[in-house]
Amino acid sequence: MTATTETKAQAAGAVPSFDVTVKILRSIPSDAPSGGYGEPAPAPTSRWDSFTISVHGTDRVLDALHKVKWEHDGSLTFRRSCAHGVCGSDAMRINGRNRLACKTLLKDLDPRKPIKIEPLKGLPVIKDLVVNMEPFFDSYREIQPFLITTGVEPTKERLQSVTERARFDDTTKCILCACCTTSCPVFWTDGQYFGPQAIVAAHRWIFDSRDEGAAQRLEILNDREGVWRCRTTFNCTDACPRGIEVTKAISEVKRALLTRTH
Amino acid sequence: MTAIADPKAPRTRQTGPGRRVTRTNAEAVGWVFMRVSGVVLVALVLGHLVANLVVPADGVRSIDFAFVAGKWSSLGWQLWDLLLLWLAMIHGANGVRTFINDYATKSTTRLWLKVLVGIAFAAVVVLGTLVIFTFDPCPMVDGALLDGAPGFCTP
Repeated sequence: MTATTETKAQAAGAVPSFDVTVKILRSIPSDAPSGGYGEPAPAPTSRWDSFTISVHGTDRVLDALHKVKWEHDGSLTFRRSCAHGVCGSDAMRINGRNRLACKTLLKDLDPRKPIKIEPLKGLPVIKDLVVNMEPFFDSYREIQPFLITTGVEPTKERLQSVTERARFDDTTKCILCACCTTSCPVFWTDGQYFGPQAIVAAHRWIFDSRDEGAAQRLEILNDREGVWRCRTTFNCTDACPRGIEVTKAISEVKRALLTRTH
Repeated sequence: MTAIADPKAPRTRQTGPGRRVTRTNAEAVGWVFMRVSGVVLVALVLGHLVANLVVPADGVRSIDFAFVAGKWSSLGWQLWDLLLLWLAMIHGANGVRTFINDYATKSTTRLWLKVLVGIAFAAVVVLGTLVIFTFDPCPMVDGALLDGAPGFCTP
């Protein structure tokens, strides 16, 4: 009995290991001084760096990046915090798709070919895989992502039925990783579009029965750069690492705008 | 730390007061128009195709000056074609406008492309409307009926 368990434990412990090549788009900030006010920033130095490393079948892209940074090139720069798909820090473009490095297993990416890792598209690169998230957060702030109420504050908690809570459950899952917004072709063009994430965040409050700020949020999203720029290409829904039905949420906001009564 | 100008991020988001200048329903109206006119256009185009290709005995070969003149002698077909022209042109021009917004990154490029679309739109709509309403099914040249005029014309 014991022997059988041990054999099984060994078999389970024997995680297959294999070699994989990761090809990372590196961008180094220029040391050249800026040309002055209104001048474009100095051109970045970008190049592809390839690293061949030995990994296990249980390793994720983030583990590969760690291995590169810790054992090959300490100057490799990327964001990560919780490393378990909750904080949304390590969103990047992996083999042409926006994903979280910590939720993507290397074995699922066809490790026979080099795995291409790039920074998120549509946001200015600071260094390597780190992008400036401020334009993304600006849109998030603009839709007022907090509870808006009127009247006297209740002395008890604000109650809500299970059905009322379920109405916006999907959009509460957002972790602000920017995978959706930076997969949107409309956002890529000029970065003025609010982007899927801001609309998802607005959806979370617009359909909350306790919130009273729906009208002003809808007005903000009725903008020229708001929900009407969405072309329903579904890139955002495909990109979301949390499985949020982003395009559906956007269409629900569109419908709410068309059926509002004021 | 300064951000590198990423070629994939041509413009940083304009922030601060005054960035949002649109507080109208224009984009919402445009969005609904595209959907409604799309459905109406399907019916209009199918009717147009049936009337021109299926109803005449010889199909496409029967379409000539007399055929068009015969159709436009009735107010019903005049209104049908007028609606088809206007809806198709507004639908198409608005669609091209959204393409320009989606693909042109410089505001001056956008402006000029939209001006071009506007000129093309105005030219086609004005000319088309003029033709539909001033069309003479029985044109007379030097006191004689033009060859190929429809049968109901009497010299």
